[in-house]
Amino acid sequence: MDVVSFVFTLFAFFLLLGALGTVFSRNPVAAAMWLVLTFFSAGGVWLLLQAEFLALTLVLVYVGAVMVLFLFVVMMLDLNLAKLREGFWHNAPLALLVGGALAIELYLMLTSPAFHRAAAPAVAGSNTKMIGEVLYTVYAYPFEVAAMILVVAMIAAVTLTHRKRSDVRVVKPEEQIAVKASERLKVVSLPAEKE
Amino acid sequence: MTLTHYLLLAGALFVISVVGIFLNRKNLIVLLMCIELMLLAVNTNFIAFSHFLGDIHGQVFVFFILTVAAAEAGIGLAILVVLFRHRQSIHVDDLTELRG
Amino acid sequence: MKLLYTVVPFAPLVGAIVAGLWGNRLGRTATHRITILGVLIAFLASVAIFFDVHNGNTFNGPLYTWGTSDGLTFEVGFLIDSLTVTMMLVVTFVSLMVHIYTIGYMADDPGYCRFFSYISLFTFSMLMLVMSNNFLQLFFGWEAVGLVSYLLIGFWYTRPTAIYANLKAFLVNRVGDFGFLLGIGLIAAYAGTLDYAETFAQAEKLATMNEAVTGWPLITAICIALFIGAMGKSAQVPLHVWLPDSMEGPTPISALIHAATMVTAGIFMVARMSPLFELSDTALSFVLVIGATTAFFMGILGIVQSDIKRVVAYSTLSQLGYMTVALGASAYSVAIFHLMTHAFFKALLFLSAGSVIIAMHHDQDMRNMGGLWKYLPVTWLTALIGALALIGTPFTSGFYSKDSILIAVAHAQIPGATYAYFCVMAGVFVTAFYTFRMIFLVFHGKERFGQAHAHHDHAAHGSDDHHHGLAPGEKPHESPKVVTVPLVLLAIPSLLIGAFTIDAMLFGGWFANVIFVDEARHGSIAALREEFHGALAMGLHGLTSLPFFIALAGVALAAFFYLVRPDLPDRIAARVRWLYTILVNHYYFDRFNEIVFAGGARRLGRWLWQIGDRTVIDGAMVNGSAQIVGEVAEAGAALQSGRLYHYAFSMILGIAVLLLFLYLV
Repeated sequence: MDVVSFVFTLFAFFLLLGALGTVFSRNPVAAAMWLVLTFFSAGGVWLLLQAEFLALTLVLVYVGAVMVLFLFVVMMLDLNLAKLREGFWHNAPLALLVGGALAIELYLMLTSPAFHRAAAPAVAGSNTKMIGEVLYTVYAYPFEVAAMILVVAMIAAVTLTHRKRSDVRVVKPEEQIAVKASERLKVVSLPAEKE
Repeated sequence: MTLTHYLLLAGALFVISVVGIFLNRKNLIVLLMCIELMLLAVNTNFIAFSHFLGDIHGQVFVFFILTVAAAEAGIGLAILVVLFRHRQSIHVDDLTELRG
Repeated sequence: MKLLYTVVPFAPLVGAIVAGLWGNRLGRTATHRITILGVLIAFLASVAIFFDVHNGNTFNGPLYTWGTSDGLTFEVGFLIDSLTVTMMLVVTFVSLMVHIYTIGYMADDPGYCRFFSYISLFTFSMLMLVMSNNFLQLFFGWEAVGLVSYLLIGFWYTRPTAIYANLKAFLVNRVGDFGFLLGIGLIAAYAGTLDYAETFAQAEKLATMNEAVTGWPLITAICIALFIGAMGKSAQVPLHVWLPDSMEGPTPISALIHAATMVTAGIFMVARMSPLFELSDTALSFVLVIGATTAFFMGILGIVQSDIKRVVAYSTLSQLGYMTVALGASAYSVAIFHLMTHAFFKALLFLSAGSVIIAMHHDQDMRNMGGLWKYLPVTWLTALIGALALIGTPFTSGFYSKDSILIAVAHAQIPGATYAYFCVMAGVFVTAFYTFRMIFLVFHGKERFGQAHAHHDHAAHGSDDHHHGLAPGEKPHESPKVVTVPLVLLAIPSLLIGAFTIDAMLFGGWFANVIFVDEARHGSIAALREEFHGALAMGLHGLTSLPFFIALAGVALAAFFYLVRPDLPDRIAARVRWLYTILVNHYYFDRFNEIVFAGGARRLGRWLWQIGDRTVIDGAMVNGSAQIVGEVAEAGAALQSGRLYHYAFSMILGIAVLLLFLYLV
């Protein structure tokens, strides 16, 4: 077994382990932690495939940002774990059936000669540079669109979760600026008092 | 390591996530995680093909998928939070207002 | 001349439109002046055309092409020949008389202007019918006169009986029109034209063909279909049932439409189609038998009627039967001749009946009259002339036409001729009897008016205040001039026109080239010509011939029953109660129609309503489709559980199936 095969097997093992852990763990926090493991392993596999940029992105974006978000949400919500778990095995036969059928089908498909491709062509140069060259030329517009999507998603997330709190007293500068003298000061003429 | 190995790995990951969706049908958070797993499987496929075919465009696709998946996760979680505020629950059985 | 031809039908139309749209604003006098002027113009133009045709100038051509479709041309056109101009004269003259008479008869009716509009419209329609040179226009005129007839029978639209009667007339005529339309359709399909002349040119060819679907001889099918139309319009058995009821309309209408003109449209049409009818002995036999049956059996019904107008109505039916018999015997010119004389004396009889009705303050029951001749001398005299003409007294116009029919039938050789001869001969007796029964009951005998109404059938009819009757002790008065002048003007031709025109119309070639008779096969008219030695000789011979004695016997019997022994008829009726019952119920035609056709139609309608409409259309199709949509939607809604994982499952299942499909392919 050469080194590459060993590394592949190792990462593949952890990848599947992490996936199974994610699916079967009792606690969503644990599931998130297993998912972190899965992402790390997947990053390793991607490194083997010489996709260094994407592997690093996966780890940075997913593990660093998305998974933290998951954990944050999970911990923030006061979840009734027992209720979420109830009937967990209820669909197991169906899951087994569909999953088994899907696995067999995928196996039959993927082992067909159409997918036999032993050796990869040699790659020279930086993976990041190659992606960048394509991304900023051919895919310039989709790249901008992706950026827009992220902005929209950010705004949407903020809008969805934002709450107006009525019990907070705030200063409204625009009202302070727009105020007129007549609203604040009333000039009254009083008759002079005679002595 | 041939292409088939990578594809089988991604396939196994996909099947696991499918089973996960079946089993965790009531837990919205884990469902979202399973979807992330599925996307991971798909991305792995893309990268494997890209590598073995010597075509960088596949990796660009993965880049976009990651972008959209991140956006999806962000919005999905935001919805989840809003939902929880209303219902005090993320139990899927409570979310049947679209029933016909 | 073309302009003059156009003026004839359109002058009355203008009158009708003016009277109909602005009559109430113009006032009564202006309205009747305008309409009478229109008809007068038509009459004078007809007279001018008559002399023109007499000089040999006929016309056949289109006036206006309405449309062309697949080789079939729809035209408005005129065919002006001796037959047309005869009809035009009759129609315009009688119409003119009726217009004038109406001034008096309808004087206190609120629908005065409407009435004038209708009768002018009728004159227009009838003229369009007779002047037509193609089947389309013929059909237009046919339906238009039917419409006006419908409007006029129901003129007093507040009376339930009038509405019932006009609906009945309309429906029965639809049955006839159905046949008529079939006939026209057959002609259009096989001859490829609607023009008379073009159709007649192909008559010989049509005679050799068979109808494609049924295999019937085409010419017979066409002729019988057309004749069914004529049966409806000319009230032949069994489509006669509407005519007696049409007496619900005002009396001038009974005279104009239901005696003199419209009902003769069928006779006219058959005469016009003589080149076709001559080719089918079967159709002629059919015509002959139907006509003979109508002539005799409808005449009998006249005997038991007590309503003066109904007696005249049944006599009209009977006389129409005579005309039809003449047609069946291939004596078309005789039919037209009788049509013309009958138009005069029947209009006269109707108008004098109307005059009596005015005098009796709209009481039409003859049992409440009697002895009126003292009070209504002009009416009595003119009615007597009409009656004499009707029964065929020698030298009157009715004699010449009726005797010609009798002779023609005697010489007919087609199947059914013997039966027809018996019927028309017996009909002479019946005619004489019921006619003079009416004369005696109305004008002679004891004065029965002004009493409390012992006999008052009309109360049972639910009729309203139009049937007043005279108050006790009140004496009837002669009608005004506008009523009596038309009577006199009609009495003159009723007496004389037969003698003056018989030679020309039957034998002088007046209808040569217009009415076609295959004399080799149908020899009636030839035999008639052989026996004819001038009008005077015919009249003198008539005094010694069988029909005269038969008629005399009828008159004598009527005199005996209703003058000498007025108690006898009731006792006879009591003796043969079953026969009397059948006659009073008009041979149960109405009852039969009511039960079989009306009842059947109602049952069919109910069935269609319950099964066809409610169950199939409403139940299965309308509500059914809605229900299916609902059920499908419900089934679909069950799929949409709202549970997220159900959707996920189905997606994953879809992936599995798709993979399987890809793998297998």
